Formats: sequence, C-alpha cells, structure tokens
Amino acid sequence: MENIIEVKDLITEYDGLRILDGITLDIKENEVFIILGGSGCGKTTLLKHIIGLLKPVSGSIKVFDKEVVGIEEEDLDDILMKCGVLFQNGALLNSLSVRDNVAIPLEQHSNLERKLINRIIETKLNLVELANAMYLSTSELSGGMKKRAALARAIALDPQILFCDEPSAGLDPITSKAIDDLLLQLKRQLNMTIVVVTHELASIHRIADRIVFLDQGKALFVGTLEEALNSDIKEIQEFFTVGRFE
Amino acid sequence: MNSFEFKDRTLVLTDELTISNAEAFIKFVSANLSDIRQNTKFSIDAEDLKTIDSAGVAAIDQVIDSLKKFSIETKVINASEKVENSLTAFSSLELSEKEFRKPAKLGYIENLGNMGFNLLDNIKYFIYLAADMLFWGVAGLFSKKGQRKGEFIIQSNLIGVNALPIVGLISFLIGFILSLQSAQQLRNFGANIFIVDLIAISMTREMGPLMTAIILAGRSGSSIASEIATMKISEELDALKTMALNPIKYVVLPKLYAMTISMPLLTIFADIIGIAGGFLIGITYLKLSPTAFVDRMANVMVLKDIITSIVKSFVFAWLITIVGVFFGLRAKGGAGGVGRATTGSVVTAIFMVIVADAVLGLLFY
Repeated sequence: MENIIEVKDLITEYDGLRILDGITLDIKENEVFIILGGSGCGKTTLLKHIIGLLKPVSGSIKVFDKEVVGIEEEDLDDILMKCGVLFQNGALLNSLSVRDNVAIPLEQHSNLERKLINRIIETKLNLVELANAMYLSTSELSGGMKKRAALARAIALDPQILFCDEPSAGLDPITSKAIDDLLLQLKRQLNMTIVVVTHELASIHRIADRIVFLDQGKALFVGTLEEALNSDIKEIQEFFTVGRFE
Repeated sequence: MNSFEFKDRTLVLTDELTISNAEAFIKFVSANLSDIRQNTKFSIDAEDLKTIDSAGVAAIDQVIDSLKKFSIETKVINASEKVENSLTAFSSLELSEKEFRKPAKLGYIENLGNMGFNLLDNIKYFIYLAADMLFWGVAGLFSKKGQRKGEFIIQSNLIGVNALPIVGLISFLIGFILSLQSAQQLRNFGANIFIVDLIAISMTREMGPLMTAIILAGRSGSSIASEIATMKISEELDALKTMALNPIKYVVLPKLYAMTISMPLLTIFADIIGIAGGFLIGITYLKLSPTAFVDRMANVMVLKDIITSIVKSFVFAWLITIVGVFFGLRAKGGAGGVGRATTGSVVTAIFMVIVADAVLGLLFY
C-alpha cells in the first residue's frame, strides 16, 4: 500500500512550549490509523497540522503527495475537498438544520441536482442512524447525535481520507460500536483511509490497523495494534493495562 | 467519455459511477426514457463497473424509483461483490418516506396564535425579570452573598470609563452641530445670546441623556446580551445554578450596579461636553464673550434641568440592562441565537429608551 500521508520531523510550539517534537510517521492508503496518547500529548494538534489548520515551526507534511506546510490556500482547498473531518465537538453550524449541515459540502462542491443531493443526505443520515432527526435544528440534538450528524457531514462527499477526532467520546457503547462498524464499512466499500484520534480501547481493538503512540510531543511508537500490545515501552504497556477491564 | 451506454435494451456501466458523473447518468437515462418504456423490465449491467461511490448508488436508486412510477422493474445485474456490497450499504431504496417526514407546517392562524402566545410569554417573562432584578438590585446592596467580588469595578470600567471617549466625542459634535444650525437663525434676529438657552437646556434635558443612552445601548447593552446569551447556550448559567448561585445576583447585579452608576456620570459628562461644543460656536461664530455665555447659562439653567437629566439617565440605565439581560436569557440555538439576542437587545433598548424619553419629557415638562 502506498503512503497517503507522510509526516517528517514535525515540530510545533505554542508560546515557546514545544507541543510536537520531531514527529515522523506515514499513513498508508486504505488503513485505519489511530493517533493515541494521554490527554494533552498533542494528538489533536497533530491532526490539525495534517489538515493544514495549524502551521508548524518546522517539518514536512505531505498529503496525497503534496506538501501541506506553506501551501497556497487554493491548493490546500483542493486537498481538503478529498478529506472529511469529524471534529471533537461536532462543529455543526448551529443556525442550520441537520439536513442543511450535511448538504453544505454536497451543494458547494458538486454539481448534483437537489433531488439527488437529498437522496445522498438521506442515505448518509441513515448510515449514522439519524434519519428521524433530519429536519431538527442542531441545537436540539444531544451530544451523541451531534457527533453522528457531524460524521454524516464529514462523509457526505465520500472523502478519500476521513479524519475523526474522538468519534466515540461521549457515546454509549452500542452507538460507539455502530460508528466503528460504519468506519470499517467506509474503509471497505470506498477504500477510505481513516485517521482517528481516540482514547477508547474497545474502539481501538475494533478498528485499528496501525497506531502512533504520542507522549509529551514525541512519537514513542508507530506500528500495528498487535505490535503495540506486545511492546515493552512502559507508557504503552501502562496505557493498555490500566484501560483494560478485567 | 461517458461510462454508460445502451446495448440491447440494457444500460451498460463501465469504469466508474461516482459523484463526478452521477448527474450525467440520470440525464442519460431520462434522455433514453422512451426506449426504456417499451419494456416492463430494465437491466443495468454493472459487470465492467469498477468504482461506485454513494452518489453513484443514489443515482441508480433514483433511476430505479423513477422507473417504478412507469411500472418498470429495474435490476442491477452482473455486479462484482464489491459493487454489490456498495449498492446494499448505501442503498436509499428501503428508506421509508416516513422516516424523513418533514415537520408539519403551521397554518396562518396557528402561526398568528403562536406569535400571540410568544408575545404574551415574553411580556410576562420581562415583567418577572424586571421585578427580580429590582428586588435583587435593592437586596444586593445589603447582602453581598452570592455576588462576585471585584466584578462591579471591572464592569464599571468596561461600561463607564471605557465609554468616556466615544460619549465625549459624540456629545461635543451634537452640541457643536445643534448650535451651528441654530446660530444663523438667531443671528438674523439679533438674538445671539439665546444660543446659551438653547444649548444648555437641550443638552441637559434631552440630548445629553438620550445620546448617552443610545451609545450605551449599542455598546454595553449588546455586550450584556451577547455575554449572557453565550453563557446560557454554553450552559454556564445552569452550572452556576447547580452551585446554588443565583445568576441574577452573580452575573447580572454587577452589570446593573455599574450601569446605574456609570450612566448618570456619563450623562453629566455628556451635558458638559455638549455645552462646550455650543460654547465654541457662541464665542467664535456668534462673537459672544465667554463671560456673557457663562452668566447667561447660570441664569437660564435651573435645578430641574439637572434633575431631569439624572432621572432620565437612571431610567435609561435600568431599561438598557433589563433589555440586555432579557434577550441574553431568552437566547437559544447557538451562534445564530447569540447574534439574534444582540440585535434584538440593541433595537429594543433604543426603542424603549426613546419611548421612555418621551414619557419622561412629558412628566418633567
């Protein structure tokens, strides 16, 4: 499999405090790649760098073989059109209904007629089990529903890469599993590459192909789940042991 | 080149059916509808279809549903396992209309009734809120429990001190322009000295308090509304309640006190600066001596003018605060709700200030 994302020697700082310290990793086409680590270790920061929302101090990030660091806005938009992002809190536009939120990318970036767009929206909302909430205002949704609506928006255009920032956080185990199953289905049916920031061990076990483990801004480990489970790195052992339910 | 064509009454798909050609596919089928309608069965051959996305599946489903209306049964044949799986996974054929039922639209009478009920509800809420603020405004003077320490100073600084430059500038210009427009007429009648009567009385009784109130409604009323609306939407007010704190006492009282103190002081400041604008026209354009201006002002101004100015400013301060808090607390629906609350508070506060100004103008006439 070819690399679809390549991060090399990525360094970033906030107010002189080093957040990411020389991160190097590759994400391969059609894999589920998990960004793992304790709170405040820089997981979301890494994700935001990859999608060009933050600029690093130094280093290189290539997405679809194009350098993202220092890229022109128009070129970045071309890359982002092929990506979907599920933010930690959904980031739905509160003034719009669920339907209108999911319609944004379809209406703005395709030449599809309204009838077909509606059908796609219905399918996507059905996939995230939000069919009955289509015409609700987003302010009427619960936290879990917001996240699922945001996922429907993120996959509206069948992106080649789907970034998910804590997709299971705040969801009940059944919905969480349903989301994981959907991610796997998207990977299988649409050859999607999925990059997930998560803490949820159950979810990691269900979906992970490969993992990067971040600690204090450094990538302590990059490899498969099995390799991670057998790793002798103390921090990783602790992470998987403490979170395990005996 | 299109990746679909007709062969022996069968629609053959090749390469890909994705978001890039889904619409073209539907148009292709529509264009060949007369041929398709010659038979009750129609096949879409997907043997050579390598890639299909959810838009492609939706397009096929739309064709199937459309042809069903002409009693034509459509089947996708020879699809690879992968394409078949996609057709199943992203199918919209089984989604019942009921699931996506739109909320029923209300009729004209129902909408009118809703508006009436909402209006009554808002009036009731406004009265309760005003009573609540009045009660805690007085009670809070005697008991500081449940109030945030130091917040009054911060709010006084924000509402009062920071507004000094803009209030000063606008008042000066109002006084200056008012005098300039009147000066020509007065000079025609040789009544130059009456510019003092005009500017002193109009600034203290009317323009000073009114302009200060309008500036503060736009500046501080909007800030109060948006801050409280954001706090409401992000559940900060609920968090305060769960800590056994009254949001009116904790959040609103410091703003109310700051407004109550700042508004009269700013109004007196506006009166003085506005008169200074008139003074400038008096001594330059109308050639009055400074002593004559001051002497005349001391003669024409009475205590009632000052009291009118201060009483008005107190009333305006309370109106602006109550309206700002009202719109903040009634906000709902995220960022849009905050915007609506802010706009509503400014428009309503200015309207109420002008109505109150008219009523007070009659009372103190």
